[in-house]
Amino acid sequence: MITLENVHKSFDDNHVLRGVTLHVAKGTSMVIIGGSGTGKSICIKTILGLVTPEQGRITVDGTDVTQADRDAFLARFGMLFQGGALFDSLPVWQNVAFRLLRGSLARPRDDARAVAIEKLRRVGLTPDVADRFPAELSGGMQKRVGLARAIAADPEIIFFDEPTTGLDPIMAGVINALIREIVTEMGATTMTITHDMTSVRTIADNVAMLHAGKIRWTGPVSKMDAAGDPYVDQFIHGRAEGPIEAVR
Amino acid sequence: MNLLAKIGRTALGLLAAVGRVSLFAGATLTHLIRPPFYPREVGLALLHIGWLSLPVVGLTAIFTGGALALQIYAGGARFNAEAVVPQIVAIGMVRELGPVLVGLMIAARVTSSIAAETATMKVTEQIDALVTLSTHPMKYLTAPRVLAATLTVPLLVGVGDIIGIFGGYAVATGTLGFNAAAYIQNTVDFIELKDISSSLAKGAAFGFIAALMGCYFGMNSGRGAQGVGRATKGSVEAAAVLILAANFVLTGVFFSI
Repeated sequence: MITLENVHKSFDDNHVLRGVTLHVAKGTSMVIIGGSGTGKSICIKTILGLVTPEQGRITVDGTDVTQADRDAFLARFGMLFQGGALFDSLPVWQNVAFRLLRGSLARPRDDARAVAIEKLRRVGLTPDVADRFPAELSGGMQKRVGLARAIAADPEIIFFDEPTTGLDPIMAGVINALIREIVTEMGATTMTITHDMTSVRTIADNVAMLHAGKIRWTGPVSKMDAAGDPYVDQFIHGRAEGPIEAVR
Repeated sequence: MNLLAKIGRTALGLLAAVGRVSLFAGATLTHLIRPPFYPREVGLALLHIGWLSLPVVGLTAIFTGGALALQIYAGGARFNAEAVVPQIVAIGMVRELGPVLVGLMIAARVTSSIAAETATMKVTEQIDALVTLSTHPMKYLTAPRVLAATLTVPLLVGVGDIIGIFGGYAVATGTLGFNAAAYIQNTVDFIELKDISSSLAKGAAFGFIAALMGCYFGMNSGRGAQGVGRATKGSVEAAAVLILAANFVLTGVFFSI
């Protein structure tokens, strides 16, 4: 269970999070939706400790994230970054097996490579990709390598930041299906940030809408269309008219 | 009053920057001595900072040594002191020009490269990715580069000193009519151990400064291409100024009477 209670975060005068409270049950897929710049990525980064909130409490399985042993805590997570965030200087297999080549999860190089190739296969990439460098791959392939890296150490919790942004509809569909499969097969708890409503309907068990620094609505994806909230309604139907200002 | 306020703000800003850099340097030193260590990263940094800088260091040193010989010969001729070319070239290269020029070339080549690479990693969330992969960016990126620069720049300075002296020798014996054996003998006789040790110590200090500034500006870069550009420019400026300031201080420490 991941819990955020009254989390606040500002950058100078920009109050991004103004009291976010959210519960993500173990083994479920939570998708956070909301307009650009509403703090969805910051929300995830506060959980990982990449951004320190000014106020509020974040717990994972009841343990305050600021009190947890950092290495053991991070070893439970995998994350797919919006742009892939692959390390340019390393070949693909070393990107995927990064965690398996160093630190507390380190294992022999050959084993790590074998795991990397298996994870690449899992995301639909052939073994010949393993020795290429990230710059030699298309955007869709980089996303899939990022996905393989996120699941390489079989984490309990996986975060996906805009997993389909910049991809064509077919590749976006492939990535969505992969995420859903991974969530189902691995039984991981996941949080996904997206604007893409197709992704929401494919990936989510539950949905939360972040607006004006707070969770505006949260509930099962099956009830999203009947949420009765004008903000949610405007967002999921992509209407220019409504309570959410088009110019922000 | 406005002028005073501006001076005050500038002074406070400067002190804050000094504080931030000092804390960053302290954190780097802490990460250098505490595990985990990343020997592969250190090896790669040794290659990039040390080995691959040899051509530019060698070329800089040989032309400087040659020019120095010509200048000393021409200047010395004004008071019949042309014979001091070997001694002045040696002392000039080893004590000052070798370390300073190598330091500045490293600032241009290595500091800029480290800053641009690290800043790009920050902008593209690779630094965040490192953290999520249980790898401390200071340990993985900063400590290996600073260690490698501190170890290799003294060696580069040593090589630069030798090549610079050779440049002076080549010019002096090739065009100024100096006897080759006498030139070498005069050079060897004149250089003291203190000259060499100060040269190498300066190299270590300049290497530390060059890598530290690259990492500091890279890690603290702003967003986008402009952020990367500013980080790169700022790192080279800061490294060059700090190297020259450190040179003044170290020269005072080693040679003040």
